[in-house]
Amino acid sequence: MTTAVRLCGVDLQETESTRAIVEAIEADNPEITVRHVPGLVKIQSVNPVVIKRESVEARLGRPWETHEFQMAIVSYAGHIAEWDDDEIVIKWEH
Amino acid sequence: MKKLSMRERYNLLTRDLDWTPSYVDPAEVYPFSRYEGIKIHDWDAWEDPFRLTVDAYAKYQAEKDKRLYAVLDSFAQSQGHLGISDASYLNAMKLFLQGVTKLEYAAHRHFAYLARHLDGPGPRFAALCQSLDELRHAQTQIHTLSNYNKYYEGFHSWPKMHDRVWYLSVPKSFFDDAMTAGPFEFLTAISFSFEYLLTNLLFVPFMSGASFNGDLPTMTFGFSAQSDESRHMTLGLEVIKFLLEQDEANVPIVQGWIDKWFWRGHRLNALVAQMMDYMLPKKVMSWKEAFELYFEQQMMQGLFPDLAYYGITPPRHVEHAILEKDIVSHQTYWVLKQFTFAAAFHTWEVDDDSMAWLSAQYPDTFDTYFKPRLLKSREQAANGMHSYFLGLPQLCQVCQIPMLFTEPGDPTTICFRHREYKGETYHMCSDGCQWIFDREPEKYIQAWLPVHQIYLGNCGGPSVPEVLSWYGVEEGVDNHPYEVSPDRKSWDEWHAAAGVAGK
Repeated sequence: MTTAVRLCGVDLQETESTRAIVEAIEADNPEITVRHVPGLVKIQSVNPVVIKRESVEARLGRPWETHEFQMAIVSYAGHIAEWDDDEIVIKWEH
Repeated sequence: MKKLSMRERYNLLTRDLDWTPSYVDPAEVYPFSRYEGIKIHDWDAWEDPFRLTVDAYAKYQAEKDKRLYAVLDSFAQSQGHLGISDASYLNAMKLFLQGVTKLEYAAHRHFAYLARHLDGPGPRFAALCQSLDELRHAQTQIHTLSNYNKYYEGFHSWPKMHDRVWYLSVPKSFFDDAMTAGPFEFLTAISFSFEYLLTNLLFVPFMSGASFNGDLPTMTFGFSAQSDESRHMTLGLEVIKFLLEQDEANVPIVQGWIDKWFWRGHRLNALVAQMMDYMLPKKVMSWKEAFELYFEQQMMQGLFPDLAYYGITPPRHVEHAILEKDIVSHQTYWVLKQFTFAAAFHTWEVDDDSMAWLSAQYPDTFDTYFKPRLLKSREQAANGMHSYFLGLPQLCQVCQIPMLFTEPGDPTTICFRHREYKGETYHMCSDGCQWIFDREPEKYIQAWLPVHQIYLGNCGGPSVPEVLSWYGVEEGVDNHPYEVSPDRKSWDEWHAAAGVAGK
């Protein structure tokens, strides 16, 4: 199952509140693959993965600060290239 | 007043609270950050992508704990322990509590030291947060698993066991090795090689296994800890990039540490591999698949091309680790099973369903090398005989695991390496451990090897019952196969048609 493609990504807890985050990631990053294992959602991508505050808020129906992503994240592959008030970007740098 | 941005808050609350000492030389204030030969020119170049401030830290950590303790309460109240897949599952948790929880506490202590002794405010604050995280992990693991201690054997005396029992010297010596290194080697060892490279293999599939086996509290503490862990991974990656960017002379030093600590971590993971493949009644993912996903795909194909930019190459001996993905869990479980009489957890015979799963997951090795002896063992057990190894194993001087690993590419020949040093002979399990010994022989000749210590008379006495008593292992209760254990008996009674209430 090893491939030569270089993937970055993020693993999130499978919970009610992270479902909105996963949906937002899916909407903003159409090329990702999403795999569900017990308790866990594994998101992988050949491109940078972007998590946008506005997209998450639209699905949650409430304000969501990007710090709150800490409640959902389990692990990630890549480098956190940006984490500001509006978005989080995970990608390989070089 | 306008709300400040994350960046502004981070600069004000984390970086701006620092000052440069003017009455004393910084080298006197931070005396431990120079002797390893690492050159740092600008501590302000340190990056913290999380931009964490102390108020945000407290807010989210409190929320994580609230969620966890709500789960612990309802699980205990609803007799949740009766709903796990099988009581045998809890042996993985005994091993976890005995092996890992004190490492969390050790990490808490050492990050507190780094929070004082690193020159830059960015890494000091990151180390302070991690120190508090690790204390939280130790506490939440103890609280979570203490519920099982009310109903099942083997959850007592784990701090004493961690310091004394033979298989627990593997994780203990790993961490002691890191804590007795300098601050930058420790960061490369624990924050980078362990947290970033390998910890996914310990926590992620394992907690997914807890979820699948009905162990809600463990799954919750695991994922709760793992949410901190992603911040620790970031610290690990930032440390490496920071050191590599600060001075070219740091590159070979860091490469040597990555080479050493990758292999040290890989050996430690042998215990995790057998837990995943053998100790989970309901299987989530094989060790091999987890290794391919989290190590080969994410690290070898993802991370190392990134680090090549700085002149870093994949870890030495990684090709041997990759070869072992097909065999390591089987070989390790087999040896632990043979020494169950001297352990504080149970092993058991492998049933047909599990064998079919192992055959499917390991098509190249399981049926050929490992299934026949498991079948033989099961046949003997049916006749009341346990296949025990009645003697003490030779241990590797570096990883302290019994010499159970095989020559690269040949799963039938045990790998023996040895070195003469100052008139004594030292044994190693692999080229990886031998290379580590050769770099620092003066360090590893001081190893507290459990087998040697028994022979030296330092472990309660010369006989198995005396040693077990010194370990805190109750004969006939905590050890021997699960099939004949009090845990099994209780479980069967609780699940009988008119199940009696737990004790």
